[in-house]
Amino acid sequence: MHPILKLVVQRIALGLLLLWAVSLLIFLGTEALPGDVAQAILGQSATPEALANLRETLGLNRSPVVRYFDWLGGILTGDFGVALTNGQDIGQAIGQRLGNTLFLAACAAVISVPLAILLGLVAARYNGRWPDKVISGVTLSTISLPEFVAAYFVIFLLTQVFPIFQPVAMVFPGMGFWERLQAVALPVIVLVLVVLAHMMRMTRAAILNVMQSAYIETAELKGLSPMRVIWQHAFPNAIAPIVSVVVLNLAYLVVGVVVVEVVFSYNALGQYLVDHVAKRDLPVVQAVGLIFAAVYIGLNILADVIAIISNPRLRHPK
Amino acid sequence: MRMPLSALIGLILTGGFVFCALFAQVIAPYPLEAITGGVWEGPSSTHLLGTDTIGRDILSRLIYGGQITIFVALASSIIAFGLGSFLGFLAAVRGGWIDQGLSRIVDLMMAIPSLIVALVVLSVLPLNLTVLILVIGILDATRVFRLARAVAMDIAVMDYVEAARLRGEGQSWIIFREILPNALSPLVAEFGLRFIFAVLFISTLSFLGLGIQPPLADWGGMVRENKDGLIYGKSAALMPALAIALLAISVNLVADWILSRTTSLKGGRGA
Amino acid sequence: MPDLLEIRNLRIEATAYPPGEPPKDVVLVDDVSVSVAKGKVLGLIGESGAGKSTIGLSAMAYGRGGVRLTGGEILLNGRDIRGLSAAKLRALRGREVTYVAQSAAAAFNPAKRLMEQVIETSLSHGLMGRAEAEARAIMLFGKLGLPSPETFGSRYPHQVSGGQLQRAMTAMALCPKPDLVIFDEPTTALDVTTQIDVLAAIKEAIHDTGVAALYITHDLAVVAQVADDILVLRHGKKVEYGPVRQIITDPHEAYTRALVSVRSIDHEEKAEAPAVLSVQNVTARYPGTTFDVLKNVSVDLPAGQTLAVVGESGSGKSTLARAITGLLPPAQGRITFAGRELSRDLKARSRDDLRELQMIYQMADVAMNPRQTVGTIIGRPLEFYFGMTGEAKRQRVQELLDQIEMGKGYIDRYPAELSGGQKQRVCIARALAAKPKLIICDEVTSALDPLVADGILKLLLNLQAQEHVAYLFITHDLATVKAIADKIAVMYRGQVVRYGSKTDVLTPPFDDYTDLLLSSVPEMRLGWLEEVLAHRKMESAGN
Repeated sequence: MHPILKLVVQRIALGLLLLWAVSLLIFLGTEALPGDVAQAILGQSATPEALANLRETLGLNRSPVVRYFDWLGGILTGDFGVALTNGQDIGQAIGQRLGNTLFLAACAAVISVPLAILLGLVAARYNGRWPDKVISGVTLSTISLPEFVAAYFVIFLLTQVFPIFQPVAMVFPGMGFWERLQAVALPVIVLVLVVLAHMMRMTRAAILNVMQSAYIETAELKGLSPMRVIWQHAFPNAIAPIVSVVVLNLAYLVVGVVVVEVVFSYNALGQYLVDHVAKRDLPVVQAVGLIFAAVYIGLNILADVIAIISNPRLRHPK
Repeated sequence: MRMPLSALIGLILTGGFVFCALFAQVIAPYPLEAITGGVWEGPSSTHLLGTDTIGRDILSRLIYGGQITIFVALASSIIAFGLGSFLGFLAAVRGGWIDQGLSRIVDLMMAIPSLIVALVVLSVLPLNLTVLILVIGILDATRVFRLARAVAMDIAVMDYVEAARLRGEGQSWIIFREILPNALSPLVAEFGLRFIFAVLFISTLSFLGLGIQPPLADWGGMVRENKDGLIYGKSAALMPALAIALLAISVNLVADWILSRTTSLKGGRGA
Repeated sequence: MPDLLEIRNLRIEATAYPPGEPPKDVVLVDDVSVSVAKGKVLGLIGESGAGKSTIGLSAMAYGRGGVRLTGGEILLNGRDIRGLSAAKLRALRGREVTYVAQSAAAAFNPAKRLMEQVIETSLSHGLMGRAEAEARAIMLFGKLGLPSPETFGSRYPHQVSGGQLQRAMTAMALCPKPDLVIFDEPTTALDVTTQIDVLAAIKEAIHDTGVAALYITHDLAVVAQVADDILVLRHGKKVEYGPVRQIITDPHEAYTRALVSVRSIDHEEKAEAPAVLSVQNVTARYPGTTFDVLKNVSVDLPAGQTLAVVGESGSGKSTLARAITGLLPPAQGRITFAGRELSRDLKARSRDDLRELQMIYQMADVAMNPRQTVGTIIGRPLEFYFGMTGEAKRQRVQELLDQIEMGKGYIDRYPAELSGGQKQRVCIARALAAKPKLIICDEVTSALDPLVADGILKLLLNLQAQEHVAYLFITHDLATVKAIADKIAVMYRGQVVRYGSKTDVLTPPFDDYTDLLLSSVPEMRLGWLEEVLAHRKMESAGN
């Protein structure tokens, strides 16, 4: 087998193993901690009889191992169980909301990725001069902001000081694509702000790292034009670290989405998760937590695979 | 060595926040829960920053909220720091199965975003200060662990550590006299970053309604209480948001300065 | 008609940023004038920091980092290139002047095939068509002795060896038919037996193509083989400038004389004596590997004498040191030290075993804790082994400092405040403080400039006479071996291929590897390279 293929397969297998371990962690983490689901639903004042009855109906009396495999088997076949609080089918609920979340994240990614790479290039090109200082200074301060703080600053600015947008992002089935875009404009701006700074700073660092290599000096001493130096010598080597940076930040976007959805009362997966944590609805929390973890791990695998594939040492072994 | 302006500003602001937190009971013009004015009043001479969603003084709540926010963040970053650096050094110096075991556990914890882990865990645990501090501290300890382990590993392979081993020095001399003094500077700068992370984390949790519970108030919770006012042009929610941003930025400035100081003195004197 | 390159009163400055102080300008090169005629080779020689690379790059009007050409003239083909526009400089670089870097491994783009990179300059400057450029590159590959020149260019940089990359870089520099090539320490990073082949290839290529060259190196013996003229530099200033024959045989300046006579310490071999260290049939491998890095190694070291273990990278010489110190417990064999058998593992050794066997490292920088003062560093063994404290300890530290010829005023300093040579001296004092019977010296002079290294060797010899301490001296440098050894072990691929007294080992008849190794050490005389190449028996190890 080609060594690259082997490495990629290994990496993916490792990722799947990790995902399995995470599923175990999520399940046992919630089951093993003090306080159980029955208690959580009925509250502290519940009578022992009521607790016992509820445990019986929920199947909590079976051993955790049996319940874990039951749960995992269900998820693998697309059955996420039902929510404790309203008896709704979790799989169905997730299905509707996952689309909304992905739509929001995709919009943010489409804007932030090219912008971050462009700004990173500009900052690296003018390393140490004023465009770099301005970009770096601004991004340093946005890095220090939690998502919801950034969100309220943006809301205040764009709905009150300059009333351009509506402060809530309502989407519902049957909405046209264009209307949807308008509805998510504000949350997308916030997400872009939050993720842009990290992505741009890491892109800048990756480019600077490549530009400081000895082979770039070699290229300059060959009398090549700056464009040729960048496209022929810097770019092929910078592409792998940049793609890694981008993908890692997309994974970060997944977390940002949770908070931003709550801020804008955007009916999607993050909002769904937070609601059900407050209601202590364990099956929902376990299922949605696993989905977020899977997306995050998947993107990390993708970043590593791209790094492996773009490494010339691995592509052309000795 | 002269201190750059940015670090000075950061230090003064950080100092101011800490002072307010320490002496909240003395400084705050009104008690935490006292309703002393109308709903969402603008700034005035009686309420310097205005009033909140049920007419409480925002400045007073901001000062009390800072106390809670800083206390929780400090406590959890101390836990993160102590736990993470102790286990990190242990893994680096002992190696073998201790290192393998700890590293794999940390890998697993870091394979999922901290916020998601926290949400999952908080869906079963009771929401009180101790639980919050422990959850944030342990989640954050994973990052300190990685840093401490990496730094200690780098130092452990240095010839001067090998020289100490060849001399016959014991484990404690090697950890405390050879490794620790050289690992301290990056770890101290990291402490600042961990503190900011903890501030942002507890604020986010409170904002989501899963952190500090009423009647206690912290900044994240205050944003949550007052967020609806924004739609009517009431800026009450912005005050705690601004406080969070200011604290984070000022600690960042100080940490940046410490970091640059230690890298420019790499291998040099001064501690 | 002016020469191809004429540098007049060159002055080069840079801005330094010392931590905690305002930036200041430092002069790197001051008032240097040289010229290179068509087809001639000028050698630039000096210690690190002498400004030789900076002058070399100035011939392309290029300054690394914040380096600025602030004064004088650089006339290339009759015109001053200082202050030419960026576009005109691009037209000149790669066309009139090309560059060969010290580390070809870093200077090649890892993502592109060698051929693409070798012919790139010729194509982008429109000097020749692709077919013509490739033909020329293949011709140069052949001339430089690269294996299968026809297909060599289709490989990626990581697929060929260091010596081959250095030749490929030379081919890259010669391909566009420049007037002048700058060679910046092209053989310094190579093993000694590889260096000689690359050196010979470069010399032949320069000769055959009739190109002029600036050859930069810290090794006078190397540059003597290729240069027509030599400029000796120190601290950015000219020390001496003249034809190579005059510089080698009749140096006018004291500094040049010191450079020429460096490595000429001669040391009378001591008579046989009972062994303090005896290594018997030691075999070792690193944990988790199946390859023996030491195979059945046996050597003896007489008390108070020096055993030099010599070999190239990968020969196992440093592994031998690790096996003796107990850092890498041997799989088989015995090590006897001072009459007792040493336990394999470091942890099981007695405090006296540890005390009497000390070690000095190649990089003194990382062999001392940067957070400890000289007094603490040297004082710790005194405290640890002899329980000395307070004033007695301080006094003894000062005695040791006197012994290593550093004197007063250093005891409270930190390592960062010492020069390279001083750092190594402090490490020697730390080893001496334990009153050892044996000190293992692992390449202790190879990171130092030649004159400083000479000082350290002399100090070690003096200390041996005073303290009757034995040295196990690990090195790749045969000149050092000649200077210090009583006994020599030559190592090659994990085995001792030749072992005996210095005279025996260095007297013919030789085995093939020892012959190759000995003949590869550059000697400070003209015509040495040709002589050696005419008598070779074995291909160099690096190919």
